[in-house]
Amino acid sequence: MADGHKLEIFRGLVKFKSNTQKIWGVLAFLTLITAVEVVLGIIKPVSLTDTYLLGMKLINWVFIILTLVKAYYIAWDFMHLRDERSSLRRAIVWTPVFLVIYLTIILLVEADYIYNVYKDGFVSWNF
Amino acid sequence: MNSTVTTGTETSVWGGGNQPLGASYGKLMMWFFLVSDALTFSGFLAAYGFSRFKFIETWPIADEVFTHVPFFHGNYPMIYVAFMTFILIMSSVTMVLAVDAGHKMKKNAVIWYMFATVIGGIIFVGSQAWEWGTFIKGDHGALETKGGRILQFVKADTGERASLADFAASIPGERIIHERKNGLWFFQEPALTSVSLEEVVQGFKANSNILIRTELINEEGEKTVLDRKSSLAKLAEATQVVEGANLIHNEYGSRLFADFFFFITGFHGFHVFSGVVLNIVIFFNVIMGTYERRGHYEMVEKVGLYWHFVDLVWVFVFTFFYLV
Repeated sequence: MADGHKLEIFRGLVKFKSNTQKIWGVLAFLTLITAVEVVLGIIKPVSLTDTYLLGMKLINWVFIILTLVKAYYIAWDFMHLRDERSSLRRAIVWTPVFLVIYLTIILLVEADYIYNVYKDGFVSWNF
Repeated sequence: MNSTVTTGTETSVWGGGNQPLGASYGKLMMWFFLVSDALTFSGFLAAYGFSRFKFIETWPIADEVFTHVPFFHGNYPMIYVAFMTFILIMSSVTMVLAVDAGHKMKKNAVIWYMFATVIGGIIFVGSQAWEWGTFIKGDHGALETKGGRILQFVKADTGERASLADFAASIPGERIIHERKNGLWFFQEPALTSVSLEEVVQGFKANSNILIRTELINEEGEKTVLDRKSSLAKLAEATQVVEGANLIHNEYGSRLFADFFFFITGFHGFHVFSGVVLNIVIFFNVIMGTYERRGHYEMVEKVGLYWHFVDLVWVFVFTFFYLV
């Protein structure tokens, strides 16, 4: 790998002087996100647990989005995808992203259907 | 990295020696493996989501399952898993620092950072083993009905969970062990639970402060607690005492939850374990100066990619198993 590390994160908002500094900066950011997740998970704010978006609690969307943010920084800065060629980056990222979204949507829709079969159909489960 | 030598003219694409993706063969293969492994884990997590959406109303609440912290008594949901997550991210940081030191050809720095990474990995695997142990051992105990539903117990006045031992009656009994001298064949006997079903039922009837908590999640997102009368009616459906969790019975609720817990965290733990082994191999190679002689530390970078991947997967497991 070339010595030229890209030292900007947050689209150039934060610029580090060296690669080592960037690593510690990313660690601080990841720790902050994990702390936010844990605090949200413990206090469970009513405003987030009572609001639903696309059939899921808002708090769960928050968790999933924060997770994707964390995943982005792990892949981009720890696995230094940021410094790789964009062709390699796209090949690595979009393949699983496409397949995972596809699989998840199919499985969850199907699971919801089975849930309704159990609920409304003549299936006794609570005995 | 410059292990390939460009042959032919610069303009000839057919001459070989091109690196269209700007990554060496080894690194590219590591990425191939990681992408396929990511799809495997996604398959597991999607299957988990499938089962969870299928039983969305009765799925166990993770906050109530993972509440223990080593050396401390009490109810601390998520604290320990958060600690484990931090350990893994931290060891990812030391790994990336090792890679960085490798680029600068600082052998001693690489050695120390690799060492820290290995230690972090070992702490994580140990923590996971402890989590498994706690999960398998169980917490309060429960009853299982004929239909495989789990009945847990709460104290009516405080709403806290009641352990079976808190209220079970003591009915002395003797278990007659089948011995070889009494028959030709050895019959395997199941392990006894600490209290028998009869003791739980008698204790429940004698103690009016105990109510049954079912698996059903109500509109407040909590498990439904039955009143005393329906509790007594429900009690008649119980067929056995369940303490702890295994692949067949699970005192925390849906048995699929335990199955997925063992399978997904187990598979991830196995990845961490193999990561630690790989890191140790590379660690000794660095000490012996293999990469110093080779002129580059790309092996550290490749094993680092795997190690970060393990961290990446854990971030998702943490979210879907413990948070959501």
